Amino acid sequence: MRHLILALLTLCPSLPLAFEIEAETTFAAEDESRILRIISTTDTGVFTPIIEGFQAENPDTTIIYTAVSSSQINQAIVEEGAVFDVAISSAMDLQTKLANDGHTLQYASDATALIPDWGTWRDSVFAFTQEPAALVLSPAALGDLPIPTSRQELIGLLRDHPDVFAGRIATYDVRSSGLGYLFATQDSRTSESFWRLTELMGSLDVQLYCCSSDMIEDVSRGEIAIAYNVLGSYAEARTDLADSIVIVEPEDYTTVMLRSAVILRDTLDRDAAEAFVDHLLTQAWQPGRSDFPFPNPLEDAPNARPIPLGPGLLVFLDQLKRDQFLSEWQNAILQ
Amino acid sequence: MTPAGSIYRRLILQLVGSAAILAAILFFLFQTFARQIAVESQDNTLRASASAILESVSVQQSRVVADIPYAALAMLGNVSDDRVFYQISQGDTVLTGYADLPPRPGDNTAWTAGYQGDSIRMVQITRSLPIDGSLSTISVTVAQTQDGLAQKLAQISRSAILVGAVFFAVATLLALWAARSSVRPLNTVAAAVSRRGPDDLRPVTTQVPSEMAPLMTSLNAFISRLKRSLTRSEDFITEAAHRVRTPLATVRAQAEVTLRRVDREENRTALKQMIRAVDESSRAAGQLLDHAMVAFRSDHLDQREIDLGEITREVVARQTPLAALKDISFDTDIIEGCSFQGDPILIQNAITNLLDNAVKYSPYETTVTVQVVPPANLKITDQGPGFPSENTARLTDRFARGANVGQTVGSGLGLTIAHDVASAHGGTLTLSNNTEGTGACVTLSLPS
Repeated sequence: MRHLILALLTLCPSLPLAFEIEAETTFAAEDESRILRIISTTDTGVFTPIIEGFQAENPDTTIIYTAVSSSQINQAIVEEGAVFDVAISSAMDLQTKLANDGHTLQYASDATALIPDWGTWRDSVFAFTQEPAALVLSPAALGDLPIPTSRQELIGLLRDHPDVFAGRIATYDVRSSGLGYLFATQDSRTSESFWRLTELMGSLDVQLYCCSSDMIEDVSRGEIAIAYNVLGSYAEARTDLADSIVIVEPEDYTTVMLRSAVILRDTLDRDAAEAFVDHLLTQAWQPGRSDFPFPNPLEDAPNARPIPLGPGLLVFLDQLKRDQFLSEWQNAILQ
Repeated sequence: MTPAGSIYRRLILQLVGSAAILAAILFFLFQTFARQIAVESQDNTLRASASAILESVSVQQSRVVADIPYAALAMLGNVSDDRVFYQISQGDTVLTGYADLPPRPGDNTAWTAGYQGDSIRMVQITRSLPIDGSLSTISVTVAQTQDGLAQKLAQISRSAILVGAVFFAVATLLALWAARSSVRPLNTVAAAVSRRGPDDLRPVTTQVPSEMAPLMTSLNAFISRLKRSLTRSEDFITEAAHRVRTPLATVRAQAEVTLRRVDREENRTALKQMIRAVDESSRAAGQLLDHAMVAFRSDHLDQREIDLGEITREVVARQTPLAALKDISFDTDIIEGCSFQGDPILIQNAITNLLDNAVKYSPYETTVTVQVVPPANLKITDQGPGFPSENTARLTDRFARGANVGQTVGSGLGLTIAHDVASAHGGTLTLSNNTEGTGACVTLSLPS
């Protein structure tokens, strides 16, 4: 699909938009009087129930859902000035930067009041999930080897069995994936073991991926034995693969990302955007909710280290800092 | 007497006014200090952040690199949810961060500027680093919007208003209390003085604060002067009555004696005229003294139970011989039980003058009617020429006489005396003409 659109884009150079669209889906309303444009990093399929739930309550709103990768949201909004009403992203740092740089609107309502303090920033960034960065393993590929439950155990396992794992470890390519970069930078803040692990993975010819879903697919097929920093929520959502993968949330610490929504400053229909955010947040945070496609943000894992929202997230977006981090990372991983 | 303001009110106004001014000053001081502290604390956080960033700047292979510590920006987020901007530059070249931040005005290390429609507080610190053998200036700017500060200031303003209001309320209560207790001695003295009887001219001995001592001394000095002067007036009146009347009586007696001895008709006529003039002088002197007496006594009226019927009868009895000279008779019609509070000497004086007037202006062989009717009215009607129809009211003025008095001799004081007595008692004197036939009708009405 993505390649098809890319091909289309290449074929039509007159298209004004330059950011890469993965998929654009229109959820037409019966009465098409209002249009709500959502730009999102979340797969369309995952988000469909939320959109349909919203349209059941607001039958006059047509929703155009544009799925992109996290760095493309910034590209579209900041650099190209594309017009969207709501941006939904797992890249907390980029969402925070959007709010910090004045690309979002502030909003407060009964629904936003449901969010605990740590889940919102400046009444602009509204978290609606807590999703851990997990290890996804293939029991078939591991064979008799024990399943590691912490980074120390993982490092030990990789060191002891380079023959098993060479070329069969996966993680995000932090150069292209915003979420991968966020997880990696937070790891580097939290623990020294991150760099040891990165170097070790580099020495074992680590496979780099753009997206969690691809890693999960390859783990389930046994091509990859261990994938590091995979979005646990995506892995758990693949109930069809439940037998062929094992999901481990490391015991030493589990980085937890907050998926969030912002209302964009250039919205053409602020009321619709606010209504959508209200719907989304009510679904997410109200106790006793039903069929919400994301894990309950109120469930706390014991080792969870949620990434705090706030200006600290801007640090790793600094160009000098990013260059430095990436060069260190490349030195470690591309040996 | 119209009071020139009130000490009590003035005190309250001044005290409450100064309390309001002090409360306002307190409010502004409180707010200014709190604001200063709030701004300083934001500056300190920004400065800490900037120096943490500057600390991380180093030169590697002739290139400036900055490894911004996570905490440098995260610490700003701990204080408030404000937007954060930063910039690292080498000389005039922006190395990283927000390139379009407003430039630093002058030499301040902390200043406020506008950026992206928000007011931001900025802090800049600099450091020199050797690059390729020459020193290069690295400056780090960290800025933050002021929403949190504004919120804090609003909170501070509310507290400041509360502090000011409480201060003002307490000060106002104290002002009321202070004003009341300051004025209390004045009221005490006023009450002590006004409680006194008409003849009480003792010095005032109420305890007063030292500030009022001069007033009390002056008041007591004044009272004693008044007492002396009153005594002197009384003595003077008595003295004058004696000194005027006695020589006149002597002159009259001598004239009578001489009249008996003189036979020539023209001499007798002259002497008779002289006797008459002496009589008039004597009466005028008497009336003048009466008038002085009325004026003097009106100020300190004696209050006694007076039976108007009885006192009228006494005066009529005393005036009957005089009236008989003109063959005038009194027709008295007295209803008993008309009594009132008053000064008997003055009332006697008034009735005497009214009867004297009636007799004086009545023709020979007529009747003067004297009526006493409840509640306390005395009505005297004669058969004389009556009052001139115009300016009846003026007749009670001193020395005023009717236009129709003709040859009748008079001082013009009789009605004045009666009028003054009536006023002193809170009563009235009504002048009218007899509706049946001729004659004047004078009514003295006293409050019973």
